[in-house]
Amino acid sequence: MDNTPALIVVTPLLAALFAGLAAWIKERLSYPIALIGLAVSVYSAFKVLMQVITSGTIHYRVAGWAPPMGIEYSIDLLNAMVLLIVSSIAFLNLIASYKSVARETSDRTGSFYTMYLLFVTGLLGVTATGDLFNLYVLIEITSLTSYAMVALGDRDRGPLASLNYIFIGVIGASFYLLGVGYLYMQTGSLNMADVATILSGIHGSSTVLVAFILMMIGVWIKMALFPLHVWLPNAYSYSPIAFARVVAPLMTKVMVYVMIRMMITVFGFDYIFKTLNLSHAVVWLATIAILAGAIMALSQKNLKKMLAYIIVCEIGYMVGGAWMGNQLGMTGAILHILNDALMTFALFLAVGNMAYKLKKVDLPDLKGLFGKMPWTMAGFVLAAFSIIGVPPTCGFFSKWYLILAAFEAGAWHFAAALVISSLICAVLFFRVFEICFFEPISESHGQKDGYSHVAIEEAPISMLIVSGLVSLSLIVAGLYSGTIVNTIILPFLR
Amino acid sequence: MKFLGFIVVCLTGALLLYGTGEFPDWGDPNSPASLHLSDYYIENAVDQTKVPNLVTAVLADYRGFDTMFETSVIFCAGLACFLLLRDFREKKERFYRHVPTGVILHVKSGKKVLKTGKEFEHMDKDWVPSDLIIKTVCRILIPFIQIYALYVVAHGDFSPGGGFQGGVIFGSSLILLAISYDLKTLVKRIKEKVLGIYAALGVLIYVGIAAICMPMGGRFLDYAALAPLVWDPHHVRALGMLGVEIGVGMAVTAVMAIIYINIVSEGRHDEGL
Amino acid sequence: MTDLLALIVAKYNYWLYVILMMIGLYAMIAKNNLIKKLVGMNIFQTAIILFYVSIGYKRDATIPIIQSAHGGQDAHAAVIHAADYINPLPHVLMLTAIVVSVATFGVAMALAVRIYQRYQTLEEDELRMRLVDIGPEK
Repeated sequence: MDNTPALIVVTPLLAALFAGLAAWIKERLSYPIALIGLAVSVYSAFKVLMQVITSGTIHYRVAGWAPPMGIEYSIDLLNAMVLLIVSSIAFLNLIASYKSVARETSDRTGSFYTMYLLFVTGLLGVTATGDLFNLYVLIEITSLTSYAMVALGDRDRGPLASLNYIFIGVIGASFYLLGVGYLYMQTGSLNMADVATILSGIHGSSTVLVAFILMMIGVWIKMALFPLHVWLPNAYSYSPIAFARVVAPLMTKVMVYVMIRMMITVFGFDYIFKTLNLSHAVVWLATIAILAGAIMALSQKNLKKMLAYIIVCEIGYMVGGAWMGNQLGMTGAILHILNDALMTFALFLAVGNMAYKLKKVDLPDLKGLFGKMPWTMAGFVLAAFSIIGVPPTCGFFSKWYLILAAFEAGAWHFAAALVISSLICAVLFFRVFEICFFEPISESHGQKDGYSHVAIEEAPISMLIVSGLVSLSLIVAGLYSGTIVNTIILPFLR
Repeated sequence: MKFLGFIVVCLTGALLLYGTGEFPDWGDPNSPASLHLSDYYIENAVDQTKVPNLVTAVLADYRGFDTMFETSVIFCAGLACFLLLRDFREKKERFYRHVPTGVILHVKSGKKVLKTGKEFEHMDKDWVPSDLIIKTVCRILIPFIQIYALYVVAHGDFSPGGGFQGGVIFGSSLILLAISYDLKTLVKRIKEKVLGIYAALGVLIYVGIAAICMPMGGRFLDYAALAPLVWDPHHVRALGMLGVEIGVGMAVTAVMAIIYINIVSEGRHDEGL
Repeated sequence: MTDLLALIVAKYNYWLYVILMMIGLYAMIAKNNLIKKLVGMNIFQTAIILFYVSIGYKRDATIPIIQSAHGGQDAHAAVIHAADYINPLPHVLMLTAIVVSVATFGVAMALAVRIYQRYQTLEEDELRMRLVDIGPEK
């Protein structure tokens, strides 16, 4: 019996519990246990992806009961791709974070790794499941662990940022739960495929409409779509860098995956685009989100906050692409999930290296970094080019699909917003390059805050290797975009 | 802000109420929610799982995957309270009470530590004289509460109950000990390390029982695969459910105590309510 | 109007729970004190739980524990009618939701304790002023 789909989600959970035990008995074992757990998960995700590409959708019945009586994992191409992205980024981040975790949470590293593994379990479970209520439980695991870990960062502002994140996050998850309740009232089932079959007969019902709106708003709150994004900049910039590096690329993208899953599998294209006809309004909302994110990023003086607003902008791309109504748009959105995860991860890796050595990443503090940290800055430059959309990095290809989709659907405002935001990102990043490259490193750096002169040298090898690997993968993913689209995305959308 | 909040609340309420227009009436036995899945559960659960309590049957068998993650949620909460609040620094100032005379000594720096015993007792800053009635009554009640909690866990298959309920009752007995005596009594009796290991072990029992099904030839959480391991293969599902409920009870007990101790003492584990 | 009234009378439980949810939501958004916001969050989540549980109710039905199965041997003897027992599924789902709500409340309390330790206040406007006083962020 092939249990690999279950292994992807269960191995990090088991590793988390063993790491939790080890934290009380022998703390040095937690890190190796975490590494082994995530490595097995990456390998299983890879095996499952290969299997789905060759033989089609996998249906795995947990506990042996047939759906809708029991819970089912139905893993198709979209699932498998996102599972592989999530597990590999989490694994690479774990390798790169050993030193910064040891510094930031010195007396409780075992518990930190346990939380980290539980967070990754939640993300993997959200991606793999085929049951609506199971999705809610896993969203709550992800959220709860992220609330706790955000508060571990900045001692002054972390807890307050996390508490505000809790309030907004609870509203989002509860709206999703209410939506599931309304759906359950009308259909009587909780399995995604089953609900889809029953829903195809009751399109006109007001309950289903309200359920759809509630679920969408809940997921939009969780993915930080403007104007529901207010929790994101504070939460991501005040969290410990090891956690910010894994939550920024992954959490919002997994929520975009949930939205696409709702749209395609549960409600279906017919209902959303023909019966409801909401796509114009949502594409306008996405346009405003892109512009707002880019403009707010311009006014930030802290590098981490600037990157957080760029994430808000990128989410706008994906929501607009998915709601465009044509196949090109959905292709662009799904490709952008992969690309944006890699780009954001590369950016935050570079920022993490800087923060590890500099301790403060306000823009004025970055003077002359090109000379002192050349490899880190090389990774940063590659990631920045990818966000701006320079070929052959991967960011260019997904933006290309989205612009084509906008032209085909006649949404000129969306295409204009894409171009304008790319220009604004270019301005942003070139400003950072100018500060890092041309201004000589000031002698007084580090001494104005009272601590002794910080020796700025290159970051540790483990961080550099991971950073280099991910930056290279940006180019690789760009060159292979065609293969990815043809093997994974187009067959899924057929 | 209040006005904006009011507008948002009115809009949301209107949206939700609009959606109730097509709801089935309250208590209607022919609503879709009562026909499709639940009929199957009510009519077949006892045959297939041999457990009369349908809620436990659905919770621990049909939808046992959800329950596993729910147990890890409660484990996360305990872990989060520990991670966020735990303060390992020694407290600087201490208060001692000279028992024969009732004089209170306030030692400001941490270096001088008086030996506690018959002469001096270490007391909290908000010390309240101990009440003999409360102490005695609670001391008698706590074992019975714990037996009741174990009963609720074990009889989850036959009457309302289960792992979560029993675990919370057991946890509340520990909290009663902390409230009626003082926090130091609880911390001395049950060390923090034991509680932490207990919580992780509880969830590990659940995930372990589920994971063992895989090498035995079944899917994850398929209790029927455990039939060679148990003494009564006819009731293997009920026994599997009992095992996971015990795991859940252990985890919930430990987490209730961890959350209480950490919040009440602000992480220092020395004094509190 | 009588149409609306008949509607409300038949589904009054759902309307009550929606009103409760809105009270909780208003408290979460509009109140100034962090603990009042937490209480609002608890009210909101509890109202959702009640809403779900009321879905499962059937008129003239009893709790979902099959009495005739207690004997062991005659478990297969009696025929079980689905209309005699209330729907067990919402209860199961809400056990999970209650645990999640308690866990979130615990974490939020821990954060409130941390904030109080640092700033000695729990009012939002006070906190905002003191945040400005601390100065620029790291």
